Order: sequence, then structure tokens, then C-alpha cells
Amino acid sequence: MRELTASGQTVEEAVQSALEQLNTTRDRVEIEVIDEGKKGLLGVFGSKRAYVKVKIKKNPIEAAENFIHEVAKNMNIDVEIATTVEGNHVTFEMNAENIALLIGKRGQTLNAFQYLVHLALNRDSDEYYSVTLDAEGYRGRRKETLESLAGKMADKAVRLNKKVALEPMPAFERKIIHSALQDHENITTYSDGAEPHRHIVIKPN
Amino acid sequence: MKALIETIVTSLVDHPEDIVVAEREEESKIVYHLTVNQEDVGKVIGKNGRIAKAIRTVVYAAKPDGNKRIYLDIM
Repeated sequence: MRELTASGQTVEEAVQSALEQLNTTRDRVEIEVIDEGKKGLLGVFGSKRAYVKVKIKKNPIEAAENFIHEVAKNMNIDVEIATTVEGNHVTFEMNAENIALLIGKRGQTLNAFQYLVHLALNRDSDEYYSVTLDAEGYRGRRKETLESLAGKMADKAVRLNKKVALEPMPAFERKIIHSALQDHENITTYSDGAEPHRHIVIKPN
Repeated sequence: MKALIETIVTSLVDHPEDIVVAEREEESKIVYHLTVNQEDVGKVIGKNGRIAKAIRTVVYAAKPDGNKRIYLDIM
């Protein structure tokens, strides 16, 4: 049960009764007073009971986990999700047998799914969360790949003494490359173009 | 496929009761036509169609093997 209307002699009693029936605590619900009620004469004549509507607040992170489960289930993938929350950043790590379907070429399906999870999570949430959706350690492997690519491309830029443009990547992948090359003395990196075609350019100094 | 589209879109819009996904089979492809409440149009398309693109990417990835091509039409 997620929501119910309860009554009592006073608003306070009505809320207490609702919390008992929902088996929850006050900080996990939203309370709407429908009728404040009236004490009446001597508490007997003309008294009106107080009515309140009590609704269990949705936990946006749990809702997002459900969303991931549902979407994957509809793709015939039975995922297990491990969730970590650090401040306002939520990481969902998915594990399943045929996870490749959810990653796609160069992670494009995973990135699209991550964006949808981000939207779903922030839709009903008062707080703003950033989201990382990972699949069987894909993000970690991708980071290594990007770092080694960054090194190779930096060498190429220096060797040819020419700018080298990389293929378009989402912001968090570009960041990995910028960070990997920030201490490199012979080159500078910047991003060029508009989303979704924004890409890194490595320029020799 | 229809359930997948509905699951995704339900979590994005404010009026899930107004989501309609119509399925139409053509010679070489299956077309899914999605309509949502007028107020939610922006929530399924997004700036520069970014949300629409993400929905399509996920939906197309789910295509069962050997089936016809699928196409998602929004609004």
C-alpha cells in the first residue's frame, strides 16, 4: 500500500493512524490535510473528525533500479544491479549473461540507456543526481582503452607536428582523454564541434 | 517491443496514462508510432531530439534476431 486516507480526533491522531497502517515513519511520507476537523462543543456536539491523506514518498534511486530492471527484462536480459551512492552521484553496475546487447558498439546503447536512467531518476526527485550506468566493468575497460588511445594520438600529433582530431565522444569520455593528457608537455587538448559531434583535438605546441 | 517502449516512456512523462504505442507492419519493417500527452512532447523529444535519439538507440538494440527492421516514429 502506497497511499491512504485516515481520520482521527485531531490531525495529529489521523497522521499517527495512517503511519501505523502504512507501517512507516513520518520522514518517509507526504502528508496532505483534507479536513482539519473541529473540536465541537465539549468535544461531543458538532465535532468533526480530521482527515489526512498520507502517501509514501518514492525513493528515486529505488525507482531508477526498477526502471533498469524493467527495461532490461523487456530486452530479455535478467540483470543484477549493484548501486553505489556517493553524494549526488549514483553508480548502477549491471551484471547479466548477454550484457553485450546493452552495451552496443562503443557503448552507444549503454550511453543512451544511461541518459534515460538519468532523466527518469531526476524526474521525480527534488535533489539532482548524476548517473553512471556500468555493465560488467565496461566503463573501467573503456577508460583504459581511451587512455592508451590518448597516448598514441598525442605521439602522432608530435611526430607529424599536426593537429589530430579524434572521433566524437560523450563529455565524460572526452574528460578521460583531457585528464590523461593534461600533464603532457608537447601538446594541448581541446574540444571542438557541437554536441553530439563534439570531439577532441590534440594540438602540438 | 511495445512493452519496452512503454516502459521507457512511462518513466519520462508526467501523464503516463496518455501514452499510445501503435504497431504497424510494413513489407520490410515494423513501425511503432508513439504518441504522448501534448504537455509531454518535449520530454520524449528533448533538446535537438537528444531524448528521442536515446530512446531509439535503446529500442533498436532490443531487436530480436532475424526479425524485420524496426522503426520508431515519435508523434
